[in-house]
Amino acid sequence: MKHKIPLILIALGIAATLAVGMLRNKSVGPDPLQQLKERYAKKAIPSVDHSKLAILQKKFSSPQEVTTTCISCHTERGKEVLGSSHWNWEREEYIEGHGIRSIGKKNILNNFCIGVSGNLDACDKCHVGYGFVDTEFDFQEEKNIDCLSCHDNSSTYVKTGKGMPAASVDLNYVAQHVGNPQRENCGTCHFFSGGGNNVKHGDLDKSLFNPNREVDVHMASEGSNLQCVDCHTAENHKMLGKLYSVSSMNRDRSTCEQCHTAIPHEDNTLNEHTLKVACQTCHIPTYAKVNATKTAWDWSTAGTLSAGQQVNESDSLGNPTYMSKKGTFSWGRNLKPEYIWFNGTAGHYFLGDTVSAEQPIQVNTLHGSYDDPEAKIIPVKIHRAKQIYDPVTKMLIQPKLVAAKKGEGAFWKDFDWNHAAEEGMKSLGLPYSGEHTFEETVMTWPINHMVAPKEKTVQCVECHTRTNSRLANLSGFYMPGRDSNFIVEILGKAAIVIVIFLVMLHSAARVTVRIRNRKEQA
Amino acid sequence: MNLKQVYVYKGFERFWHWMQAVLILFLALTGYEIHGSFQFFGFEQAVRFHNISAIALLVLIAFSIFWHLTTGEWRQYLPTRKFLRAQAEYYIFGMFRGAPHPTKKTVLSKLNPLQKLDYLFLKVLHIPVMVVSGLLYMFYRYPQGRGIEALNIEGLEIIAIIHTAGAFLLIAFVIAHVYLTTTGHTPTSNLKAMITGYEELEEEPSGLEIKETT
Repeated sequence: MKHKIPLILIALGIAATLAVGMLRNKSVGPDPLQQLKERYAKKAIPSVDHSKLAILQKKFSSPQEVTTTCISCHTERGKEVLGSSHWNWEREEYIEGHGIRSIGKKNILNNFCIGVSGNLDACDKCHVGYGFVDTEFDFQEEKNIDCLSCHDNSSTYVKTGKGMPAASVDLNYVAQHVGNPQRENCGTCHFFSGGGNNVKHGDLDKSLFNPNREVDVHMASEGSNLQCVDCHTAENHKMLGKLYSVSSMNRDRSTCEQCHTAIPHEDNTLNEHTLKVACQTCHIPTYAKVNATKTAWDWSTAGTLSAGQQVNESDSLGNPTYMSKKGTFSWGRNLKPEYIWFNGTAGHYFLGDTVSAEQPIQVNTLHGSYDDPEAKIIPVKIHRAKQIYDPVTKMLIQPKLVAAKKGEGAFWKDFDWNHAAEEGMKSLGLPYSGEHTFEETVMTWPINHMVAPKEKTVQCVECHTRTNSRLANLSGFYMPGRDSNFIVEILGKAAIVIVIFLVMLHSAARVTVRIRNRKEQA
Repeated sequence: MNLKQVYVYKGFERFWHWMQAVLILFLALTGYEIHGSFQFFGFEQAVRFHNISAIALLVLIAFSIFWHLTTGEWRQYLPTRKFLRAQAEYYIFGMFRGAPHPTKKTVLSKLNPLQKLDYLFLKVLHIPVMVVSGLLYMFYRYPQGRGIEALNIEGLEIIAIIHTAGAFLLIAFVIAHVYLTTTGHTPTSNLKAMITGYEELEEEPSGLEIKETT
């Protein structure tokens, strides 16, 4: 017995060492998160104070003059912008089944205001150029680049119709106060896409101008205070990051891994998740945290007027629920995302495609499945709509919505779908049969922003659970906690029940025999 | 019949037995939480505890294999057909008629033929299957994560099915095992033996460590 004691002690010692080692789970070396915080706490001091430059003191009479002045020093930047998506609103992409197409905002539909073609009057104030009013616009003309929309640091620059600065803008003042793009520059367009705050994205809205930690842990003013361009870096005006509403290929993406690496957790089990689960899936538990985002848009009810006047109705939060111009809306705040498999490539509905309306029409389709080694689970906002469709040509219709005056066929002036459809399709050189219906469409918007603090991340059990799993709709794989095999469950439980039954039967028999024996002895 | 207090279960043997019992029960508790059967520790902690106790069990198994080999105790599990039927009949009929155990328990032969077969199955098949499926469960993503395509395991389903089925059987085994400990000389004599190491056995002529009953 005695000589066994050391053996037992050794065994216990090894077991304890292993257990402590696993419990410790701590990386050696400086904390990478701390290093990141330190890196981004250093705010760069600009090497040039533009307000001291003599060339910017002269009185500018047109915004194009400002651009020419910018390019006189920054000689190569104009060419860079001419090659950028912010300027072209399209780029060449390879799309499975369609080959190489030049696609973008210019020619891709959405299920909000449907598309920019024919509606540029309303859309061009978010173009980084001056005068993009029709297809005649010269995309090779550097002096039409609007440098200020992105580089104004004075907060006084405002764009209006035709993409021109508002009359109130003091071009000299703005030109003397330029710098790296701030959240305000990006947000002015990206937070209000779709015609209002947070309408489209759900994860990009005006609350991000000055968010707290709960809303966005990176952009929190009291925290790292990151600007958009800290992640969406722009080497030679080629920005990282894009959205699959208009993009198709797995390239130029802005990713969490840029800073956080592919193995960011101290816990290995969590790190292994990154093979199949995108960071956003766990770290963005809800989106539209502060202001509501549009979740559904029914165009079919648009056009109802009351005594010749437009009707506008809103919910208690001030979100429009009905507009004569646009139809009926649904909104949601603090929404749990839906989840899909995504491999970084997407397909789109292209103008002129014929498509059956029996199923909801996918305006964009994000590809991926469990079996695809490139695919990960990502959170998405699904925007559902009913939009105008030609049942004869089987095409989605791009209606003309905007015009300066009545009689040009713009729906928002004349409230005549037929005329708007005819004018819209004519401007694209596409046929319109004269008949239209309203059909269900869906659009998928990846959720990438509003990253929560780590204590607010999605907990394991929110997915790994039998009931109401966040990933309940994803199939093709076995997930512990969510899934079980029906036969194993039945047979396994049966085995236990049978053993318990036999034990009870056997012990009952033993007790009976014992009682009988005692009686016989007595 | 001459009964003697015999030292049947050695110190390490008892330590191994009880440690294994505790770890298996804890693995069952945490395992069924991971399986989604109930919530107790919370999923994250359950996974953590399950993994840690699995490693602890592996260490224990390594030591017990060493012990079995060096002491020759592994021979206890060599299956035999002798008295196998008699042992089964004893549990079904004999014990109700007051018949004696068909096999004699001695230090050199602690296990009756049914136990030999059952524990052999447990040791060479059941537990190894649980260990291997468990390790695959833990590490099946490792090849893919490191780009070792040839060893890639696509899904968890088969692994999970085997591991879960094994868990159900293990629970069934534990229930039967605990019940059968009550079928010794007295309902608690086997349990006491596994705690103290000593059990009252019929005297056997051997030079092994035997104490006189006091």
